[in-house]
Amino acid sequence: MNGVHDMGGMHGLGPVEMEANEPWFHHEWERRVLALTLATGFLGEWNIDMSRHARERTPGVDYLAATYYEKWLWGLERLLVEHGLVPQSEIDARRRDPAAPVRRTGHPRMLVAENVEPLLKKGGKARVNVTMPARFAAGDRVVAHNINPTGHTRLPRYARGRAGVVDRDHGVFVFADSHAMGLGPQPQHLYSVRFAARELWGPEASERDAVYVDLWEAHLDAA
Amino acid sequence: MSGGQDHHGPHHDHDHEDGSRFSDTELRVKALESLLVDKALVDPQALDALIDTYETKVGPRNGARVVAKAWTDPAYREWLLHDANAAIASLGYTGRQGEDMVVLENTPSVHNLVVCTLCSCYPWPVLGLPPVWYKSAPYRSRAVIDPRGVMRELGLEVGDDVEVRVWDSTAEVRYLVLPERPAGTEGWSEEELASIVTRDAMIGVARVEMPPGGKAP
Repeated sequence: MNGVHDMGGMHGLGPVEMEANEPWFHHEWERRVLALTLATGFLGEWNIDMSRHARERTPGVDYLAATYYEKWLWGLERLLVEHGLVPQSEIDARRRDPAAPVRRTGHPRMLVAENVEPLLKKGGKARVNVTMPARFAAGDRVVAHNINPTGHTRLPRYARGRAGVVDRDHGVFVFADSHAMGLGPQPQHLYSVRFAARELWGPEASERDAVYVDLWEAHLDAA
Repeated sequence: MSGGQDHHGPHHDHDHEDGSRFSDTELRVKALESLLVDKALVDPQALDALIDTYETKVGPRNGARVVAKAWTDPAYREWLLHDANAAIASLGYTGRQGEDMVVLENTPSVHNLVVCTLCSCYPWPVLGLPPVWYKSAPYRSRAVIDPRGVMRELGLEVGDDVEVRVWDSTAEVRYLVLPERPAGTEGWSEEELASIVTRDAMIGVARVEMPPGGKAP
């Protein structure tokens, strides 16, 4: 979707400001949002690409004004309701009254403390261990599709329709664009594609510099 | 907004009878957490264990050890540049948001910079959770179109004779920059070297600098 989350190349969003000795969290509630998001993710009701898509569906004006963990919070509430784990009515009732009754449902895959370390260490592999022919190889010239899907895509606007060179083949990966939309993993080769800065940004850009974008086979045509 | 620095977000605070103040967001999180616990969808002890992991067990010290080893052990450096997953896993740093790693080597002629324009993807097992500036709209928007300007603002001047490569983490591959080893650190131990490697250098917005006095801290 052509949302404000796809912000590569935009101007006017302010200076980059670093905070010296930044703490891991600035508020207790940020810790809770991180933990709630990770814990509910392990229930297996949605995948990480759906989770990203839920955050980027935050209305644009709110997205730009929100902090990182606010976007996580809103995305999580959206996922819980959309996947039927929590009715919106219960969320609303609890916000009005901390003692509002809820229906205890439980979940067979609820994350318990002793599984936290092994599950985090293991991670969630987006790489798929299958062999399939690669359409491109390092050095091939390619063009990124000019697409404007209303759903999730990892092909950023600034690279659409632009020509680049395959830098490397990362191997076969779950296709985030389809996976986020509930259309299955559609495994395919993922490539790092090198786009010259001038191809993306015009003659004012440095002739030496380049941007590397990870793109799936379905995003690319031979040039 | 200025780089997501306003951590309270666009909310006002409520005054409570007991004199404490909670923001709207804070109340909303409390409501959601109590709801999920009461529905038995999350276990409070698991939440604490998750927080503890990212607050005390994972962070840029991990990445610094990877870098220091690569600086002192040429065979490890080769392994790291060609099979980062295995080389990093050999030091015990694996897991979520670092399942597929690629290491990018800075040289006198190439400078690498990492960003995620679409969200805030970042190599958690080796760097920990990302800092606010990395997740901010200003960095995400400008790192790809004006990397030299962004780096200059952050205090890093990259010469015109050096090629800048910006890596946009649009998939599940996570990138770590192997910075240049500063001159004058010959003979330093791996531990001494690791102590001067910073998070920002491993993202590509800083160099590793010799500490004042020319000795490891």
